[in-house]
Amino acid sequence: MSGDAIAIRTRGLTRRFGELVAVDHVDLAVPRAAIYGFLGPNGSGKSTTIRMLCGLLVPSEGEAEVLGLHMPRDAEKLRRKLGYMTQAFSLYEDLSVRENLEFLGEIYSLGAAQRRARIAELLDEFALEARAEQRAGTLSGGQKQRLALAAATLHEPELLFLDEPTSAVDPQSRRDFWESLFRLVERGTTILVSTHYMDEAERCHGLAILDRGRIVADGAPECLMRDINASVVEIEGRDLRAARDVLARLAEVQSVAQLGQRLHALVDRSVAEPAGRLAHALESARVDAQVALARASLEDVFVAATRKQPADPAGAPDVRA
Amino acid sequence: MNALARSFSRIAAIARKEFRHLSRDRLTGGMVAGVPLMMTILFGYAINQDVRHLRAGVADLSGTQAARLLVQDAQATQVIDVVYSARSVEALERQLVEGRISVGIVIPADFERRALDGTRTRAQLLVDGGDPIVLAAARGLTSLAAGDRNAAGARPAARAPVFELRAYHNPERRSPVHIVPGLCGVILTLTLVLFTAVAIVRERERGNLELLITTPVQTPELMVGKIAPYVLIGYAQVTLILLLGRFVFGVPIQGNLLGLYAGTGVFVAAALTLGLLISTLAQTQFQAFQMAFVTFLPQVLLSGFMFPFDGMPWPARWLAEVFPLTHFLRIVRGIVLRGATLGELSRDVWPLALFFTLAISIAILRFRKRLD
Repeated sequence: MSGDAIAIRTRGLTRRFGELVAVDHVDLAVPRAAIYGFLGPNGSGKSTTIRMLCGLLVPSEGEAEVLGLHMPRDAEKLRRKLGYMTQAFSLYEDLSVRENLEFLGEIYSLGAAQRRARIAELLDEFALEARAEQRAGTLSGGQKQRLALAAATLHEPELLFLDEPTSAVDPQSRRDFWESLFRLVERGTTILVSTHYMDEAERCHGLAILDRGRIVADGAPECLMRDINASVVEIEGRDLRAARDVLARLAEVQSVAQLGQRLHALVDRSVAEPAGRLAHALESARVDAQVALARASLEDVFVAATRKQPADPAGAPDVRA
Repeated sequence: MNALARSFSRIAAIARKEFRHLSRDRLTGGMVAGVPLMMTILFGYAINQDVRHLRAGVADLSGTQAARLLVQDAQATQVIDVVYSARSVEALERQLVEGRISVGIVIPADFERRALDGTRTRAQLLVDGGDPIVLAAARGLTSLAAGDRNAAGARPAARAPVFELRAYHNPERRSPVHIVPGLCGVILTLTLVLFTAVAIVRERERGNLELLITTPVQTPELMVGKIAPYVLIGYAQVTLILLLGRFVFGVPIQGNLLGLYAGTGVFVAAALTLGLLISTLAQTQFQAFQMAFVTFLPQVLLSGFMFPFDGMPWPARWLAEVFPLTHFLRIVRGIVLRGATLGELSRDVWPLALFFTLAISIAILRFRKRLD
């Protein structure tokens, strides 16, 4: 095992499917024993990148080194050190919870005693004891997800890939799930998780925002929010639709997005007095609204980062707050 | 009225959608034209109830010119092709048991004397009675008007048939005796190929495969593990069919049961890998079913289960030699009906072993632990 502090390193990692460039020259440096997030809309290349990193897809270009192993050449050597939770539930629905775990334990060559102990431990940790003899197909979304994570961590991998693990579960299950991830990181596991939830992305130690196959921003979530390349102006008022129409026409406004009863407008840094500038514009258009500078949220970072490419209605971010 | 119109338009919408599905599934689209075309041409040529060119052996104990003429005449009917010449009746019978010939002609030492007598048959036809169609074809030979050219002048009024027919292995000519052993092979083919044909595609369709290929499991381990349980199922099926044959239909097993089971094992492995190969070619379970079906019909029709192998033109026979079922039918009939040993049938055992080896190698090579 390498003593390198970096678990995953890629240079110019690219994958094309025919004409489509799914992943476009991605450079990554994911530190060990941390949660690293891929945040991006559907089709931004999150799953394709993960699949290249675990050897399921061959890169069209570029290099990837995972736990010091060259991918995809050393894919087989990585298997034992790797846990992978696929986007869709991929355990056997007609096997019971215990049978699924036993099967994988045997595939990973755990000894009988070790297997029994490990399965008992996992059933307890993921609150699946009462469900142990139930068929996996009859579990709820949250239970399936816990089982999938239990299965992915059964052989105590050094590295865990989670591809949109929480897309089919309720908020409480999501919180519990993240608690489990933090416990794993404390024990030294490196986790790479893809998501399109802002609140989840915010929990990661490091983050890469992907858009159309490219990394458009990366760093710790706090840094990304602090260093956002735009001023965030919050607008409250009765007629938000009218306000939005007015602001969207201004050249210095990068984007306007509605967050509940408010609008967030991202204004170019070059504008000295952004709140005043917008207030003036609204006033002259006779739209009644309160305008104030606000702290950037991760969603603002996301919007600012993904709007750099020419606007394209099909590529509108499918992101849930 | 309006409701009826709406109903029709919904039917039309569904029908249009079905056509779109079909046109986008290239395999199914291809089968629409391909299956009737291929099967009609293949079976139109291959299936022939009027059996000719049965492989035959001759034991000529008289060594006379007249005997040679008789054999020539028999060959001239095109019902038999003499491919083997034996020194003794025993050697001829051995050939029959081993399935190398279906008809044996025994010409006794006193052939010329019998010919002059005219009230006795002159020679014997030994026939593998395991196949009723072969038996019927051979019976046609018994009334051969041969042997008359040396007595061109006076033709006796009452003449015995030239050949006396001796049907081996099914003297009572009961149909189950012929059908049941063959059914073993057909039933195993139909069930086992399907089991494994969907084995890998199913995991792919359900998403299990993406997880499985990121584990340390090796491709050969996956393939052998997939096949193993069905070998046992195959044995259970064979046992069931043989028991039914024995106790319900009264089909005795002449040969060695151990040899039969050993031969069955090789066949089952071959049939399962055929399915496995299909599983690596198909993208969906439905496609796997279609492909399996396409291999069923030629196997059932050309393997010798329904029509005698000897009656088919050589391209059909070559094709049939590829199928595991063809070889297994010879093995199972050889052992059950004729009491042959597995060693005597080795020329049908090694093609099965070869098929298994090639098919599993191709399946392993085709399968990648990747998604692209």
